Amino acid sequence: MKILALAKHVPESTTNIKVKADGSGIETVGVKFVMNPFCEFAVEEALRIREKNAAAGIEVTVLTLGPAAAADVVRTAYAMGADQGVHLCDDAFTSIDEIAAARTIAAAIKSRGFDLIIAGKHAIDYDSGQVGPALAECLGWPHVGAVVAIEWAADMKSMTVRRRIEGAEEVVNIKLPCLLTCEKGLNEARYPSLPGLMKAKKKPIETLNLAAVGVAQADIASATKMGEFAPPPPRPPGRMLKGSPEEMAKELARILREEEKLI
Amino acid sequence: MESPNVHDFYDTRALLSDEERQVQDMVRRFVDEKVLPVIAHAFEEHRFPKELIPTIAEMGLLGCNLEGYDCPGLNNVSYGLICQELERGDSGIRSFVSVQGSLCMYPIHAYGTEEQKKKWLPQMHRGRVIGCFGLTEPDGGSDPGTMKTHAKKQGGDWVINGAKMWITNGTIADIAIVWASTDEGVRGFIIEKGMPGYTSRDILRKMSLRASVTSELFFENVRVPEASRLPKAAGLGGPLSCLTQARYGITWGAIGAAEACLDEALTFTKQRVLFGRPLSHTQTIQRRLADCVRRITAAKLMSLQLGRLKDAGKLHHSQVSLAKWNNVRMGLDIARDCRDILGAGGISVECCPIRHMLNLESVITYEGTETIHELVVGREITGHPAF
Ligand SMILES: Cc1cc2nc3c(=O)[nH]c(=O)nc-3n(C[C@H](O)[C@H](O)[C@H](O)COP(=O)(O)OP(=O)(O)OC[C@H]3O[C@@H](n4cnc5c(N)ncnc54)[C@H](O)[C@@H]3O)c2cc1C
Repeated sequence: MKILALAKHVPESTTNIKVKADGSGIETVGVKFVMNPFCEFAVEEALRIREKNAAAGIEVTVLTLGPAAAADVVRTAYAMGADQGVHLCDDAFTSIDEIAAARTIAAAIKSRGFDLIIAGKHAIDYDSGQVGPALAECLGWPHVGAVVAIEWAADMKSMTVRRRIEGAEEVVNIKLPCLLTCEKGLNEARYPSLPGLMKAKKKPIETLNLAAVGVAQADIASATKMGEFAPPPPRPPGRMLKGSPEEMAKELARILREEEKLI
Repeated sequence: MESPNVHDFYDTRALLSDEERQVQDMVRRFVDEKVLPVIAHAFEEHRFPKELIPTIAEMGLLGCNLEGYDCPGLNNVSYGLICQELERGDSGIRSFVSVQGSLCMYPIHAYGTEEQKKKWLPQMHRGRVIGCFGLTEPDGGSDPGTMKTHAKKQGGDWVINGAKMWITNGTIADIAIVWASTDEGVRGFIIEKGMPGYTSRDILRKMSLRASVTSELFFENVRVPEASRLPKAAGLGGPLSCLTQARYGITWGAIGAAEACLDEALTFTKQRVLFGRPLSHTQTIQRRLADCVRRITAAKLMSLQLGRLKDAGKLHHSQVSLAKWNNVRMGLDIARDCRDILGAGGISVECCPIRHMLNLESVITYEGTETIHELVVGREITGHPAF
């Protein structure tokens, strides 16, 4: 079996995001980038499937689409234990939207014989959650999103997966080939290891540009465009109520009812 | 020109390789996610968080700067950064890793036979065999030359009698690297848990390094085969060379502890409003915080150059003494000052400075007390030992 895990290079979750003065994007200088935490679950799950079926010769490939620096994500995946790494990198990919990204990835992998693709539920940078499902569409594969548990059939050709929905869990049977996206709770991703890190340094990363992916720029034209980035408006200052506790309670109730219309 | 980063005033990260930075980030994350959430409670309970050992081992931190025998062979700067990040969590966690790697795996690697290396190092790297290092005795640690523990040859075996005191990891260790005097001078032995006559017990009621196991070891006619002796270690140079390795890591570790304290003090002084302004706007608080940054920055440059010297094979043990003395003193002073800056809250284990401060009281004593390191440097510059 061949498994592909998708991994995106995103700003670390504790980063203090600043919007560029001209509104064209976020400030990336001095920002630490890491593997999207939901993609870590994807890589981890792929590695666990390989480890649990050690005799089956399962191969785990990790793919990232992003700028030159995104190669770090592949190196992290190597340090966790991935076998192969592919980096789709070209100026033409710089500001493509999710659907175009899915088309690009589909073109890059379609002749590679993957049986299973695992991706994060969403990336913590833009939170759009579209690339996984869109990629499944491009390939004509079924997909299950936000998976929290996987139970394999004995023949390893199908599985029963659980996904969390509002107030319940949905149980889905699905056959390979298919695409899954991971929700928090599916697993706990391992830390990369030092020996892994040392080996990762020497391991080649297959870097593919537009021509190597084999798509025309027109095929990956984006239907949506980022208009402008703006910081969230500053929070209005809090209001202090004055008076005795009784007066303040009365005033608070009045504000909630009449001004905020919350009660 | 942009303002320097408070946490790295001289941008020492820029002096690191990509790989060194990756190693630091990886351990930093482990400490944030796994150590910090449990450590204050473990310290309070006087408990070493043993449950962290498998993750520490899987990450490859044990014996990480040794070559071969499944060890990753990282450079010494990376090893130092690992110590720094671990001790930002707690000196106890760093001590565990120092003892396993520098005091137990290192002597087997440097002085052991091929069989000993193959038998122990891969298992120790994986955390399946834990080691402890027995040099100090109840009658005094600073003068190990006068140790009373001795080993006598009987037939092909050695019979060991004596006791060791203040031994990190003692009761959880599967093997002890024990230094004993013999008719030919000091020799090192690998003593295995369960060998008849070898017992250990924990030292309780410590007010420092509470999240670390410290023990006494007893040897009563413990018979070990010649194959358990480290053949290439002859004289006190053997154990002292191990201490140089561990002390090197400690010079980095103290930086981590100091950084954690400064972080907490900085946040606090920005938020605490007294006499109508935040504490951080007052002159004396600024002077104290600036002093922390000054000393941490100097310590970082010191350890980094020490690491570069070590990686180039040009390190003299007295250079390690200078940094151990400087950096641990720096860490202890900063921890105490940050403790004070936090006011009454600073005496709670919920704030890290008091825990680091108490821990560093051990760190300034073990692996050569501050005085001993001053005297090592003194001997180096005058040519006269004055111990
Ligand atoms: C938590 C902890 C963990 C430890 N772990 C280990 C371990 O794993 N393995 C191990 O072997 N040991 C370990 N030690 C022991 C440690 O290395 C010794 O405590 C240390 O070497 C000092 O020895 P001592 O305590 O006997 O003090 P002493 O040697 O008795 O010193 C007492 C005081 O005298 C001073 N002094 C000594 N000589 C002179 C001199 N010539 N002139 C002036 N002043 C002098 C010292 O600086 C000190 O202040 C540990 C200690 C602690 C606290």
